[in-house]
Amino acid sequence: MSNALRPFLRLLLCGALAAASQVYAAGARLVVCSEASPEGFDIVQYTAATTADATAETVFERLVGFAPGSTALIPALAERWQVSADGLSYTFHLRQGVKFHRTAWFTPSRELNADDVLWSFQRQLDPQHPWHQLSVRGFPYAEAMAIAQLIERIDKLGEHRVRFVLKHPEAPFLANLAMGFASIYSAEYAGQLLAQGKSEQLNRLPVGTGPLVFERYAKDAQVRFRGNPEHWAGAPALERLIFAITPEPNVRQQRLKAGDCQIALYPRPVDIPTLKADPALRVLELDSLLVAYIGINTRHPPLDDVRVRQALNLAFDKSAYIRAQYGPGGASPAVAPYPPTLWGHDPALSGWPHDLARARQLLAEAGHADGFELAIWTRPGGGPTNPNPGIGAQMLQADLAAIGIRAEIRVFEWGELIKRAKNGEHDLVFMGWAGDNGDPDNFLTPNLSCAAAQSGENQAGWCHAEFDALIARARQLPDQAQRAALYRRALAIFHEQAPWIPLAHPKQFSALRRDVQGFVLSPMGSNNFSRVRREP
Amino acid sequence: MLSFIARRLGLLIPTFFGVTLLTFALIRMIPGDPVEVMMGERRVDPIMHAEAMERLGLNKPLYAQYLDYIGQLARGDLGESLRTRESVWSEFLTLFPATVELALAALLFAGSLGLIAGVVAALKRGSLFDHGVMGISLAGYSMPIFWWGLLLIMFFSVGLGWTPVSGRIDLLYDIEPVTGFMLIDSLLSGEEGAFLDALRHLILPAIVLGTIPLAVIARMTRSAMLEVLREDYVRTARAKGLSPARVVFVHGLRNALIPVLTVFGLQVGALLAGAVLTETIFSWPGIGKWLIESIGARDYPVVQNGILLIACLVILVNFVVDILYGLANPRIRHQK
Amino acid sequence: MTAATALDQALLYPSPLQEFWQAFAHNKGALAGLLFMIVLVLCALFAPWLAPFDPSEQFREFMLTPPAWLAGGQWQFLLGTDELGRDLLSRLIHGARLSLLIGLASVVLSLLPGILLGLIAGFFPRLLGPGIMRLMDIMLALPSLLLAVAIVAILGPGLINTIFAIAIVSLPAYVRLTRAAVMGELNRDYVTAARLAGASLPRLMLVTVLPNCMAPLIVQATLSFSAAILDAAALGFLGLGVQPPTPEWGTMLASARDYIERAWWVVTLPGLTILLSVLAINLMGDGLRDALDPKLKNAV
Repeated sequence: MSNALRPFLRLLLCGALAAASQVYAAGARLVVCSEASPEGFDIVQYTAATTADATAETVFERLVGFAPGSTALIPALAERWQVSADGLSYTFHLRQGVKFHRTAWFTPSRELNADDVLWSFQRQLDPQHPWHQLSVRGFPYAEAMAIAQLIERIDKLGEHRVRFVLKHPEAPFLANLAMGFASIYSAEYAGQLLAQGKSEQLNRLPVGTGPLVFERYAKDAQVRFRGNPEHWAGAPALERLIFAITPEPNVRQQRLKAGDCQIALYPRPVDIPTLKADPALRVLELDSLLVAYIGINTRHPPLDDVRVRQALNLAFDKSAYIRAQYGPGGASPAVAPYPPTLWGHDPALSGWPHDLARARQLLAEAGHADGFELAIWTRPGGGPTNPNPGIGAQMLQADLAAIGIRAEIRVFEWGELIKRAKNGEHDLVFMGWAGDNGDPDNFLTPNLSCAAAQSGENQAGWCHAEFDALIARARQLPDQAQRAALYRRALAIFHEQAPWIPLAHPKQFSALRRDVQGFVLSPMGSNNFSRVRREP
Repeated sequence: MLSFIARRLGLLIPTFFGVTLLTFALIRMIPGDPVEVMMGERRVDPIMHAEAMERLGLNKPLYAQYLDYIGQLARGDLGESLRTRESVWSEFLTLFPATVELALAALLFAGSLGLIAGVVAALKRGSLFDHGVMGISLAGYSMPIFWWGLLLIMFFSVGLGWTPVSGRIDLLYDIEPVTGFMLIDSLLSGEEGAFLDALRHLILPAIVLGTIPLAVIARMTRSAMLEVLREDYVRTARAKGLSPARVVFVHGLRNALIPVLTVFGLQVGALLAGAVLTETIFSWPGIGKWLIESIGARDYPVVQNGILLIACLVILVNFVVDILYGLANPRIRHQK
Repeated sequence: MTAATALDQALLYPSPLQEFWQAFAHNKGALAGLLFMIVLVLCALFAPWLAPFDPSEQFREFMLTPPAWLAGGQWQFLLGTDELGRDLLSRLIHGARLSLLIGLASVVLSLLPGILLGLIAGFFPRLLGPGIMRLMDIMLALPSLLLAVAIVAILGPGLINTIFAIAIVSLPAYVRLTRAAVMGELNRDYVTAARLAGASLPRLMLVTVLPNCMAPLIVQATLSFSAAILDAAALGFLGLGVQPPTPEWGTMLASARDYIERAWWVVTLPGLTILLSVLAINLMGDGLRDALDPKLKNAV
């Protein structure tokens, strides 16, 4: 009987609540048409950008942060920090009076302290930690960045002081701490969940210190947040933030035009001119930390011959590709693994021109005057680096035919593509990389080092001793100018050896309605709406 | 009758196990594994990979994995998604009402319009209306569904602004999911205009999803009606001097409905398949999109159990149709 | 009415083919469908001579040129160009080849094993039959599109694998249909007679029974021919269809989807072509059904 009554009571209660809550003033409410559903809310378990937007950029904060719209580091939960002279020890002074979110599922009894920092990291690093094994997926980001092999130990020096001790100097370490996987959780909340045997709730109902408080997630439909009035930097202007999950880019655009949402993420480059022409809309653009490239498998003859790789670079009409793929102004041509906006770039380095005569000559020198056969690999659905994969593969195919190379296009579903590409089964593969901490090393080591060639994500399978030594040394130097000099030398080798056809650095776009103020794009590709206000 | 039902039920058991085996095998035959997909272009340490596979229970031999799976099913446990860590059952429960709502709306649209058009076409056999209805329904049957959806969005939502572009309800309304059916929840919420708004969101997707069933039902009704109208009892009813409306609706349609109902049953499977495309186009948070994405992410438990749940539904609907048929037709009941 | 025509035909009995054609031609829609299909088949056969350009040739200065009659159109590109500057008309003409090939091949690939399995199921109702039928039940219980997606994901996208996936998905319909027809025929006197005359099992299956079950199968074949074209388009839409630069209609439609606002023709024209072709085949199917088997006239 009581069971039969319960749903009824719940209905009554919900009705009453809904009636009591007024429809919020439009000015304090922001609806964002986002591109995909967050996988979960325990950010350390996930790598997708869309998951980070809904967690790391709203609910959670880290010790250090990126200044809005840049790769510069600023204090966040740590007010200040010191680095020892040998680059091995980092001491952080935590901000006082930082409050965790007060929600229906958790009432904090204390403010942020060193225990929370320790919990957040030890959980990922220490196999003995009670929460370590609870993450069935593991901690992909920390694992991919080999954090466990970097951090020797973490010490609690006081209520508001922690020290990280590294095994070896690592210049990008501070920047790493600003990434989503370094988010600071409430150890108290985690303790309560564990005690109640509800550990899986951490992934469903997150608690953090950030400017926005998680309210509700309706799977594949929307995520709702409210402003955090107790945030240490002051309450955000937004009373409500809603992610309306809209996977079709066409539909996102239509919803924006109809005023259903005020920001549409990831409009397609081809639509930018129409969006710009609309007087009710504004388009934000930023040179992002994206690179689109074609990995040339240097282990497959004749691609092991540097002349052949150079010929491929010379044969591809990059400017036509950029025009067709990204539209006018949608991307800048790439000459190096990372965009020219990043430090450590060499302005003197210019890309391979479109020169068929020289390409043919190089092929002839390599003994392939009659061309040869190879396969171009690509994926079916588009992403930010490669919005319409079919276009690139077909243009490359046509361009290679001009120098006698007969290419076959093979489309693999994404999961299979990465697996096979990591096994090195491809000849040419369309790939992309999104830098996530603004350090050149973040592009080079994961994609072009000898270790990466071993493990497979260096799709070129390219292991060049001198290049590898240069980037390994640069990784350990603390001084940016010294590092930049090493990177310039490495880039020259990269260019000469041509393990990739670097394609483009796509620009990042967001379309918004005119009344949206204070939204800035981040070069890391993350979207943070906590400083947005609406001013009609 | 009971033995007939028991016999039919007995047939379901091997089908059920077959479905579990087939989905289990299919998803594992797709190259790539959940850990690889999760890491994307990032580094996968072989040790970490092995550890993750072990945690997920995917390092065991396949037969052991299958036995685990069956054991889990026997306990009524559908496992949890490898991607979201939510239980498959609760994800299904959140998404399924959306698909059902859409499918029911589509069936309602297709059924009501199809029946009327079919009956009228049959009564006015050979007329312009008849030819028109048959032509249009054949065109509907030939429609590439996703193209049709895009065209309708372009025309009605973008061009004329009559219907919303996508989604289930305007985001202005904060509707607490109680039943999962937006039409009901919006009424329960008591927010003004929410119900009508939810209804407006339902129109286009329902039309798109209902197009093919509409064509099928209209054609089916017409031919069943034509058949029935030729029958002796209808002629007798006419001869008795019953009103034409009574003849058509009481004697004709009621008997013509039996084959039409079968088509309804068969359309359930087709609707769920069509829902995949419709949900993609209209950002409709239902199970079709969920399963396609899960195949992409190699989310084994979701694919296995999601498809199993749908298959059970299809099997169940056809079972009920079978039984109803047996009730209506003793010849079938006694067949082996 | 029946008495009168029977009398007529008794006097001047037409050959079966003639009879079939008369019944078929009586249906105007079927004739129109046939006409369109003939045009389509001609397009497919003579594509290289009919198409003004190579379907893969990229005119990079003319990307997304509108059809000739619109502002900005070029007469050399009658129906405009696509996102890579390829002539849309040429691609549609060449696409006819692939779409017809997919339809035909998948029908053959499911028809033959379907008939075989159906015959076996019908002839061995004790052991093999139920086994086969359970397997078909299992396949029918899975949503066909999801099954096709899974198969393509296993085999990898491509023309041949698309055909395989569609053939596998449409197999159960043939098996069920054949078995039902066979079961209906097995008790007939002519079958008993053939059995008593000592006809071997294969002869009984293929020569005695099968021809009498063909009518519903032919109708089903036309239906699944058109369904195959739609399925291939749906797979293309989900990014799992035929590989580029092959001009298959569904894949063209899917890759052009991004341009729906800027260049309606790249989306509308392939879609329209699919619609018209499928419609033509279905119209023909209707006519075939009416002509082949008046009993089936009232089925869907």
